[in-house]
Amino acid sequence: MKPASARARLTITPYLFLLPALLVTAAVILLPVAQTAWMSLFDYVLFRPRNIPFLGIGNFIRAFNDPVFWVSLWNSVVWIGAVVFFQFILGLGTALLLNQSFWWRSAARALIVVPWALPSVIIGLMWTWMYDFNLGIFNDVLLRLGVIGEPIAWLARTDTTLPAVILALVWQGFPFFAVVILAGLQTVPSELLEAAEIDGARPFQRLRHVTMPAIMEVVATALLLRTIWVANSLDVILVMTGGGPGYVTHTLPLYAFLKASSAMEYGYAAALALILTALLLVVVFAYVRRAAKDLEI
Amino acid sequence: MIDRRSRTRRLLEVELPILLIVVFALAPYVWMVLTSIKPAADITARPLQYLPSTVTFEHYETLLARTSFAGNLLNSLIVALGAVAVGLAVSVPAAYAFSRFRFRGRRVLMTSFLVINMFPIVLLIIPLFVLMRMLGLLDTFIGVIAGHSTFAIPFAIWMLTSYMNAIPRELDEAAMIDGATRLQTIGIVIMPLVMPGIVTTGIYIFVTSWNEYLFAMMLSGQTVRTVTVALQLFIGEFSIQWGLLTAGGTLIAIPVTILFLIVQRRLVGGLTAGAVKA
Repeated sequence: MKPASARARLTITPYLFLLPALLVTAAVILLPVAQTAWMSLFDYVLFRPRNIPFLGIGNFIRAFNDPVFWVSLWNSVVWIGAVVFFQFILGLGTALLLNQSFWWRSAARALIVVPWALPSVIIGLMWTWMYDFNLGIFNDVLLRLGVIGEPIAWLARTDTTLPAVILALVWQGFPFFAVVILAGLQTVPSELLEAAEIDGARPFQRLRHVTMPAIMEVVATALLLRTIWVANSLDVILVMTGGGPGYVTHTLPLYAFLKASSAMEYGYAAALALILTALLLVVVFAYVRRAAKDLEI
Repeated sequence: MIDRRSRTRRLLEVELPILLIVVFALAPYVWMVLTSIKPAADITARPLQYLPSTVTFEHYETLLARTSFAGNLLNSLIVALGAVAVGLAVSVPAAYAFSRFRFRGRRVLMTSFLVINMFPIVLLIIPLFVLMRMLGLLDTFIGVIAGHSTFAIPFAIWMLTSYMNAIPRELDEAAMIDGATRLQTIGIVIMPLVMPGIVTTGIYIFVTSWNEYLFAMMLSGQTVRTVTVALQLFIGEFSIQWGLLTAGGTLIAIPVTILFLIVQRRLVGGLTAGAVKA
């Protein structure tokens, strides 16, 4: 074999291996994304296929003047902030406890990930059932304990609906943090903690000055990843409340989805989806920079 | 440190809190399963009857005999297996390329697969619906599987690349020096070693596809409707028949719970590297 052709083969081989993945990805992801960008420039309504006027940035201006867009954006901020914060706190606590040794530790670790395995429709179903006005276990327990005098319509009141859905999502997502942080904790050298203890550091001081700095990398990556998923997730809300009552649980992805699936306004929905993507880009960029750091092996 | 701690203190400071967290994690699940095996009278009893007075499978029988649920379970199985097949078939070679070659554009391509996995579903779902309608693929297995491969492929590529990176390159070099061709090396050396990784990745794709709701809802109709979509429709249809609904929920949840428990220990590594979807 001639050296020149050998080198040519060497350079083309990896691309051949990549070809199927690239082709499928182009068809199911790149083409649709390009189409979304294109659609966002038109007043494209599905049931009116013959009349698709060009709007330019009209759909984006419409969003800017649309009060529901701003409500959804604000709800998204509250939603992401609350869900990620509580998932993280609960996950961190769980991880710290699981990092201690006790005889049923591996059973506890396995059982805790169960919520994570479940489909969002089931999560919505379970929690809707527990929040049920007449037969839900929440009202039942709170009535028995005398905390409330009469049953509460958890998913129909403007003040309780968003917190109720947030609790369901915290439940679903805290195992992720628990497992990831636990993996991080297990890399903290025990000599470090012992040295701190000998130097007289109290448990909380050891956590703050030894453990936390050591797992900061893992925590930051997990927080970024989780923020992205929570920001994009809409299925649990869709199943539990459909965005209501009113616009109380409308988040930005849900609003975009409803504009497409119920209102059939694909052009406007595409514009909303693009705005969401653009807003998330900063977080995605921060995350990808971390994840891609050790690519050059 | 732990040796010095008295047994009671550990019980109060560690075991009791973790027990509460385990109860919190399992309670909604247990409550769903309990509801599904209660007679209808127990479900509507007030104050609530926490434990079933007798265990019954009537809701399961009704669900499987009188509704389309059994067919929906089969559809979900076909879609999930299809997503696993497509995901693995294109991702194993791609991961091999990323792991074993250094070529122009490698970093950019790998990063792109990561970014793609972060795209909001709404960004893809709207045009995919339009596209599938145009191609006449709405309500077909191919259509739903294509929708699910949007998350299966990027995830699988990242997972598998990290598994392949863990196999020492000296092994393939030794095989090639002994005269094996590249494809023989892949077949004899790489594949057997990376098989646990392929199984884990495959199970994870299966679980995610089985659980998926939005793509399945937009891209399927009556013919290929999956269980998650069917259950959501039942919630509207049988709004007060909680026995039936929780029986459906239990049937959907149990297989993925078992699969997830099998792979969960091996997932942690791939988690922060990238692409696990919640």
